[in-house]
Parts: sequence; C-alpha cells; structure tokens
Amino acid sequence: MKPVETTATPLVELRHVSKVYGAGESEVRALDGTELVIEHGEFVAIVGASGSGKSTCLNVLGCLDAPTSGNYLFQGVDVHSLTRDQRALLRRHYFGFVFQGFNLLARTSAIENVELPLVYRHVGLSERRLLALQALEEVGLGARAHHTPAELSGGQQQRVAIARAIVTNPLLLLADEPTGNLDSARKRDTMQLLIDLNRRRGITIVVVTHEADIADYARRIVRFHDGVIESDTLTGQGEQTGEGAA
Amino acid sequence: MIGATIILAFREIRRNPMRSILTTLGIMIGVASVIAMVTLGRSVTARITADIASMGTNLLIVAPGAERHGPVSSTASAFTMNDVVAIERESGAVDKVAPTASSSALVVCGNSNWNTTIQGSTNEFFEVRGYKFAQGEGFTETQLQAGLPVCVIGETVRRELFGQQDPVGSTVRIGTITFTVTGLTASKGKAAMGPDQDDLVVIPVVTFQRRIAGNTDINSILVSALTSAKTALAKGQVEALMRERRHIAAGQVDDFSVEDMKEMGTMLTNVTTVLTALLGAIAGVSLIVGGIGIMNIMLVSVTERTREIGIRLSIGAREREVLLQFLVEAVTLSVFGGMIGILLGIALSFGGAIAFGMPFGLKPDIVVIAILFSGAVGVGFGYVPARKASRLNPIDALRHE
Ligand SMILES: Nc1ncnc2c1ncn2[C@@H]1O[C@H](COP(=O)(O)OP(=O)(O)OP(=O)(O)O)[C@@H](O)[C@H]1O
Ligand SMILES: [Mg+2]
Repeated sequence: MKPVETTATPLVELRHVSKVYGAGESEVRALDGTELVIEHGEFVAIVGASGSGKSTCLNVLGCLDAPTSGNYLFQGVDVHSLTRDQRALLRRHYFGFVFQGFNLLARTSAIENVELPLVYRHVGLSERRLLALQALEEVGLGARAHHTPAELSGGQQQRVAIARAIVTNPLLLLADEPTGNLDSARKRDTMQLLIDLNRRRGITIVVVTHEADIADYARRIVRFHDGVIESDTLTGQGEQTGEGAA
Repeated sequence: MIGATIILAFREIRRNPMRSILTTLGIMIGVASVIAMVTLGRSVTARITADIASMGTNLLIVAPGAERHGPVSSTASAFTMNDVVAIERESGAVDKVAPTASSSALVVCGNSNWNTTIQGSTNEFFEVRGYKFAQGEGFTETQLQAGLPVCVIGETVRRELFGQQDPVGSTVRIGTITFTVTGLTASKGKAAMGPDQDDLVVIPVVTFQRRIAGNTDINSILVSALTSAKTALAKGQVEALMRERRHIAAGQVDDFSVEDMKEMGTMLTNVTTVLTALLGAIAGVSLIVGGIGIMNIMLVSVTERTREIGIRLSIGAREREVLLQFLVEAVTLSVFGGMIGILLGIALSFGGAIAFGMPFGLKPDIVVIAILFSGAVGVGFGYVPARKASRLNPIDALRHE
C-alpha cells in the first residue's frame, strides 16, 4: 500500500479488512480485503463512487462496526481483542465522528447535542457549556445554540454534528461527507476549519467526500471502487507540514 | 457518572412530555383501580361481618316450620311461653332465652305516625340481640308480669316520632292503646344489608299477647349460647329438646328450625370474599390494560430510542451508562405514576367507603403489590428494549428502522 514514512506504530492500520453484507446471491462485499495505514497527523480524503464502501470503511475505523474478517489495529492494538466497554472508551476519548446523516438527538438543543460527548467524559457543567459554545462558534452557529435540530436547516444540522465531533478535541476525526449539505462558501469555511484542526491541533483527519475540489485540500487521497482501494496518492499539499505527529 | 446519568434521564423525561405523561397515566390508573377495588371489597366484607356481629353474639334463632323450605309452613304450630321456660331450664349450653311475638303496626305520637315492627318480648331480648340503652331502661318485673302498656323504642322510631325531644316518659299510641316509653335503645348504625335494626318498638310479651295478638303464640325464640364456641352444642340441645316437646319421632323431619347466626355469617363472609376476589381480578385486568398501554408507548418509541442509543454509543457511552439512564427514566415514571395512583386509589376507596357507609381499611399488602407491579411494568417495557438496543453495534442501532 502507501504508508507515509513509519518510525513508531501507525495511528490506525487496517489489515485485510472485509465487510460482507448478506449471503449467497445477495452477498455484498462492502469492503474487500482493504489494507490501509494512517499515521498520526495525516489528513486523508476518501473518495469513490456511491456504494463503493467509503462509509463502511469509516464506520470500521470509528469502531462503530465490526469487520467480517481482517484486523483493525488502533495504535498497534487489535480492536477486536478489546471488550465492548473498552471500545466505547476508545470512541469516548480518541474519536470524533461526523455521520453522513448527522444523527443528532431529536428535541434536543444544538448546544446540548454538542455537550453530550463531554457529559460522558465527565466534564463539569460550566466548562461543558463553554466548550460546546466555542465549538458551535467555530462552525458559525453560536447564535443557534438553543435551537433543536428540527428548527435548523440541513446545513446547520451538519455543522452541529461537526461541532459535536470536534468539541472533545479528538485524536482522530472521522467525517462522512461533512460538507454534503453546505453551500460553496460554507464548504470552504468547513474545510478550512478541518485544515486548521489538522495543522494547529495535530488532529488526524479522515474525510469522505464526493467533491474533487474538497479532496484537493487533503494531503492524501484514497480512492475506493467496489470495496477495494483503487488508488492511494499523496498530493503536493502534504509536503508542507510533513508528519505532524505532535 | 450516576449523577450525570440521572440528569440525562430527567432531561429525557422532560423532552418527551407526551410519552412521559402517557406512561405515567397508564401506571397511575392501573394502580389506582387495584387499590380502590380491593380496598372497597374489603370494606364491604368488614361491614357485613360487623353487621352480623351487631345482630347479637352467639345467637340462635328458633322458628317454627322446617328449615330451608321457603316461607314458614302454616301447619307448623307456634311456640308458647312454656317452650321458652323449658329451653331456659333444660339446655345447659344456653345463656339467655328471649321469646318474640311480633307484628307490624302504626305508632302514633301527636301529629307524627310511623309504621314499624312491634316486638313482644322480655328484657332478655336486649341482651341476646346486643341492644344497649341510650336513655331510660328495660321493663320492670311488674310491667312484664302484669302486661302493662310500656315500650322501649329504637332510634329510628324516636327520630320519626319525637324529633329532637327526649322520648322517655312520653306516651305513644298503638291502635287504641296508649304506651309509656320507658327506654330508648342506642343506635346500631345503618346496616349495609338486612333490615334497619333501629326501627322497632319492644313491649312486654304478655302485653303483646293480650292486647295486640289476642293469643298466646310465640313466633320465634332467640337463644344465646354461653360462649361462641358452645353455639353448636347449644343448637344440638335446643333441637333435641324441641323435638321431644313437639313429639317428633325419630326419622321424621323437624317442623321447626334452629338457625345459627355464626353459620350465616360464615356464609356471607365467603360470599364477600369471592366478591373481593372478583373486584381484585377486575382491577388486575385494568392493571394489565394499563401495562399494555405503557408497552405500546414504549414499543412505538423504540425506533427513536434505538437511534438515540446508537448515537450515545457512538460518542462513547458504555452499555451500562445507557442502561442506567433508561432504568432511571423508567423507574422515575413508574414510581411517579405509582405514587399518584396510590393517592388516587386511597381517595377513591375512602370516598366509596364514606358514600356507602362502610368502614375504611387500607391494607398495605395491596399497595405493595400495586407498586411492585407498576414498577415491573414500567421497568420491563422501558428497560428491556433499551437493553436489547444497547447490545447492538452502534451502527446497527443507528440504522434501526
Ligand atoms: N447494512 C447494510 N446491509 C446491506 N448492505 C449494506 C449495508 N450497509 C451498506 N451496504 C452496502 O455496502 C455497500 C457500501 O456501502 P457504503 O455505505 O459504504 O457506501 P458509500 O461509499 O458510503 O456510498 P455513498 O457515497 O452513497 O454514501 C453498498 O453497496 C451498500 O448497499
Ligand atoms: Mg456513505
């Protein structure tokens, strides 16, 4: 495959990971023997046609789904060998996830949605409020903090989902089409936000996108086709900050 | 962790007011109906038992005519005072014996009149039937022997004829005869069933026979056993004696009956126990209906809740944290609904007891049962789907439809 220079253990490593849905005639190999290594501080864009396995790959990376076969190593530890609770703690302390379908709690204000990961991290109420508000301001939604998802537009909901993923300052941010519902100006702002998070805070980012120009922001582009990684290329942008593993 | 989880649970309750209210309502109605029905059933039982006790303890009623053959047979001859004396003298297990000869008649006092039962009897009547005197007293030996026109009246008669006035020493008229009131019996209270025991006028039996009936018949004999345990013995003795006195050969059917009030009480208590069980069953059904209501609400919301669980799991909640939240939520709603239900149930049964003039007695066992059931329903239907959902992969919980 295509690893960046490796000194320590990579952040994540997929070893021959397959995800098969159904059986027999209706069998779908959403992931088929995927090999992928991502180092600390990388900014990876996953692209590919609809149904090519991008979301499936991201779900496996986020410990939201278990692969049918193969191994997923997070910081050298095989996730499969962990208990359910340990995987939950992994999600709690290391991952931020932006879903393709937002997945916000209904009837719950934007700020309470953003606070939720902090609640499970046992952050005190006042600090929680402050951090959540900051995250909302970063995505340009400070003024909508007390609106529920039903009172927000698709793009605004998407930004709440992003705020919820970044509020914990995760080690690895996994975003599934985080700009799918945004206008071009917002898209640029959001990508700029992700780049800032990557460069300034050293957060490793894996973002799924359909849009070629968004992929241009990334230093590395992984292209999926029918569950198989078709290509894995470094772009010029990647050269500027190198490894970046803080 | 527990504090934060409880806060999350309370937020969730507040966030879905409709779901919370419906759940609470289901439990509330179930619990209230169980408590109200069972408590009312028990009140009825207690009341009937008390009524039977108030009719006189250890009481046997000797009446002419065969037992359990419809109305008193006209061929069976009435008793006489000799029978009364014989029972008194010869039946060892018997304490007091009171003859009664009765008819109904119009009692007049000034402008008021009242139709009531006139009982011709002796002072033993008051003892056997458990009447106490509120004012005045029973008859003197002279009044009884000479058949003087004196009477003791019951509370209902006093109310109808005298209003607030003191009746003792006043006179009332029955037919053409003027009677002097010597006493007033204390009220036995309104009976849940059977005749009003305060609606009577008692006069000496001799007076009744001579002045009202014009014969020497005794319609029935009231007998009290020495102790409650000796009622069966007393009954046997009285039966044997009466068979002898009425010349009934062995193998022939009695032309009189000896009725044991205790037996009747046991029978009535059995009836009311069945009644209580029936009411309890109805209440149980309503509890189940309430439970099914809760189950419906919970199942309808399970899709949304499963997604919610998926979201919580995906941002790092552990299975047990999610479960604790749902448990707290279910327990809070059940306990809240249960509490209101208990209060409502107590209020209903208290109101019912007052309305029907019955004693109000709340037993803790039914409250405990109601609480346990409502808790089980709430927790069962709120918690079990949540437990299922929290064991899924986060992504499967999120995709749940
Ligand atoms: N739960 C599932 N059951 C059955 N098949 C599934 C399931 N989830 C995904 N698939 C199949 O797996 C394949 C990959 O799906 P995936 O969601 O990863 O695609 P994607 O690349 O994210 O597409 P898109 O760009 O449209 O989001 C698809 O063919 C899809 O039909
Ligand atoms: Mg997708």
